[in-house]
Amino acid sequence: MAGLKIENVTKTFGDYDALSNVSLDVANGEFIAVLGPSGCGKTTLLRLVAGFEQVNKGTITVGGKVMSDPKMNVPPEQRRVGIVFQNYALWPHMSVSENVGYSLKVAKVDKAERERRIRQALELVDLQGYGDRRPANLSGGQRQRVALARCLVSTPSLVLFDEPLANLDVHLRASMEDEFASFHKRTGTTIIYITHDQAEAMALADRIAVMDKGHLVQFATPRELYEQPATPMVASFIAQGIVLPAKVLTAEVNGQCKVDILGQEAIFRCRAGQAVTGDAKVCIRAADIVPAASGGIKVRVKRSLYRGGGSRIEAVAADETQELHFDLADPKRLAEGETTHIAITSGWVIPEANV
Amino acid sequence: MTIFAEKRQGTDTALIAGVAVIVAMLSIVPMLRLAFEIVMPQGSLSAAPLRTALSGSATWTATWHSLQVGIGGTLLAVILGTAVALLVSLTNVRGRSTFVLLYVVPLLIAPQVTALAWLQLFGPASPFLKLIGMAPALGSKNPLYSTTGIIALLGVQYGPLVFLMVRAGLRKLPRELVEAALSSGASRLTVLRTIILPLMTPSIIGATALAFVSCVGNFGIPAFLGIPAGYLVLPTLIYQRLAGGGPAVLSEVAVLSMLIGLIAMAGILAQDYTSRRRDYRIASTSLPAAPFELGRWRPLAEVAMWLLIIIVLVLPIVGLFLTSLVAAYGVPLSMKTVTLANYAFVLFDHAAAKRAFFNSFGLSIAAAAFAVVVAVPLGYLITWRKRWWTRFLNLSAELPYALPGVVLAIASLLLFLKPLPIIGLQIYNTIWIILYAYLARFLVLALRPTISGLHQIDRSLEEAAQVAGAGLIRRMRTIIFPLVAPATLAGGVLIFMTAFSELTVSALLWASGSETIGVVIFSFEQGGDSNYAAAISTLTIVVIFALMLLTNLFARSLPNGVLPWRD
Repeated sequence: MAGLKIENVTKTFGDYDALSNVSLDVANGEFIAVLGPSGCGKTTLLRLVAGFEQVNKGTITVGGKVMSDPKMNVPPEQRRVGIVFQNYALWPHMSVSENVGYSLKVAKVDKAERERRIRQALELVDLQGYGDRRPANLSGGQRQRVALARCLVSTPSLVLFDEPLANLDVHLRASMEDEFASFHKRTGTTIIYITHDQAEAMALADRIAVMDKGHLVQFATPRELYEQPATPMVASFIAQGIVLPAKVLTAEVNGQCKVDILGQEAIFRCRAGQAVTGDAKVCIRAADIVPAASGGIKVRVKRSLYRGGGSRIEAVAADETQELHFDLADPKRLAEGETTHIAITSGWVIPEANV
Repeated sequence: MTIFAEKRQGTDTALIAGVAVIVAMLSIVPMLRLAFEIVMPQGSLSAAPLRTALSGSATWTATWHSLQVGIGGTLLAVILGTAVALLVSLTNVRGRSTFVLLYVVPLLIAPQVTALAWLQLFGPASPFLKLIGMAPALGSKNPLYSTTGIIALLGVQYGPLVFLMVRAGLRKLPRELVEAALSSGASRLTVLRTIILPLMTPSIIGATALAFVSCVGNFGIPAFLGIPAGYLVLPTLIYQRLAGGGPAVLSEVAVLSMLIGLIAMAGILAQDYTSRRRDYRIASTSLPAAPFELGRWRPLAEVAMWLLIIIVLVLPIVGLFLTSLVAAYGVPLSMKTVTLANYAFVLFDHAAAKRAFFNSFGLSIAAAAFAVVVAVPLGYLITWRKRWWTRFLNLSAELPYALPGVVLAIASLLLFLKPLPIIGLQIYNTIWIILYAYLARFLVLALRPTISGLHQIDRSLEEAAQVAGAGLIRRMRTIIFPLVAPATLAGGVLIFMTAFSELTVSALLWASGSETIGVVIFSFEQGGDSNYAAAISTLTIVVIFALMLLTNLFARSLPNGVLPWRD
């Protein structure tokens, strides 16, 4: 086990910047998710940490040992980094035991010890007695667990997960998420988990690194990402936040300030030192919007989606440009084209510097 | 419990260097040697051989003949191959896989065996024609000893080549494109004319170029049908010059081989040019189109299909087989005259024939084994370790096979005429020079399936082994080779089949003691011993066909398109 330190890493392919100046400091035993839309550079980051690609600038340090810098690249086979691949990458010509024991064989561990550790690893993922099977004869979830066991058996310093749930059925995902969480608890391994699914990342990770267009946008706990997004991109990417323009009317006091949003005044949360500005952006959650009897903000309903027990209302403000959405509990209903009034109870002023 | 990864720094570099050196030795070096001979014949700057070769009228007659049979044979092959591919791929005819298996056989039978079989079928001594009482009078001319005969046989030989390429193209045709046209109201024939054929032009053009290169480079068919009629093409002219003049005329035949090389290259470049001008790449992948119902035409189409098999495969082989059973030239076949003496003679009595079986078997096994061993790391570099220079590795490996066999043979002769420098080893006039040429020529037959196999394997399988600590050599041995082995080994089988009765290269390189099966068949036929030639030829066909059926058993673990005869 070891911590991972990524400092000012830049990776370019030709004249395309896949990663620009990314820094991450991961503590020993932490579960980190790297989250972002496709093409954000998360897979490049994984391949750099694994050693498949070489950095152009910056350094990558695992457990205090420099693994990559522009002049040197410790090859993947010498990094002791485990990977769980998206498609599991189980070798079809080997049995489950042979797959799991491969790294031990490479390291010339003697046969008795090897068998003991293979058994141990298979027990840990609850696959006792599956050793002689071929990967082709396993279910998706079982293959995933073999991949886990294979990566575990060599006691890697760090385990990388490359979108491991992307190929699984929806109903299997939840149980695999539990599996990963308990895997982390049992082994205490440092985990870097690549995903584009924010719900998955929120459920699993201690901290989440949100990436966009090759940049690290925010690195924080799931709660912090949800409550205090640093940029409009994070605000809208995490849990479908609504980003709206607003005016900050008073400077921050006790983490709060007064804002003017869509013509209404409200008290929003904000960063320490938030100054008065006429050009701010705020993040509002659907739960922050409630129907108002009268007064409040006038909106026109564009779409109403029934969601069981209530409806998700997509609406547009009176100026016809600002879109927002909120939930309406049954038995209330709103039809398309109807106008209604809402109040915004709370929100977060997105820090100015990042607007 | 620390695991130490294999520390073998530099294996990467060693592997790359090793593979590059092998490819260079087999491709770049002989071609440079040939080019050197043309510029500086026998080591001194002189244009004399160039002038002699290019001023002789025989050269230009042979060039004209080469173009004649090249273009004629190609046209026939393209028409035949495309028509069969359309019929098999687009309609609901039955018995498709058996038909494909049989239709592709002529491609795997050595050209000289094809030539011999047809000669035996049509000649005045034909036991077959005698059986059905249609034999022409003894002494009359065999109609195949002519330009038309050569063109017809080239068309039969390379029709399957065109068929395979067009069929591969048709398989990639997404059914939506056809269905969209049908639902726009187009009739089946309109769809064929306006959608399918235009989309198939890249495949057809590619197949045309390949057929042309194969036709102009072919030695066996013009050697058997042309030489007796005094009709020489460039490869047979080179053979005659070399047989008559020995090493002294090497500089001159080098020029001739360059000429044939240029014609072949022109074919490849023309294809490149035409296919660059139109971009018909098919982006989507989908299921192949549903076959067109032929309705009441189906039995007719099926009869035509099987008639074609009978004409191009069954009759010639029957003709060949019957000849091999006759005691002497012109003797009619009956229960009294039938004999296995020809087989006994070539297998047990004739020293050179016995040696040839041994030699050809050894050469084919060695060439196949070598290619399999080299193709895996080479294919690995080309597909999974792409760099700007790996493309050149691929092109270099293709070159000795893409150019006509005589070009490589002449280059090998030039390269090894003198003993090898430093070690002083003399391989000229031994079996080793044939082995060298085979290694160079056939490597690509194992490389191509390896590359297509690697394209179908997810690279993360290798990366998983890499993070498990396995070094390059170990990954090659325990992961990459086992995964791609079926495809590579199928390539090896293809090499064995091709090399087993090969003639073009060995006809120019053999010496007493290093005869190959192809050479022995050729010598028997030239000496008038068609019965012995037929016996050996029949045996090679049996070997080839047995191998085809045997490899079919393992076909399930192979990527599509690796075994040409499997549909």
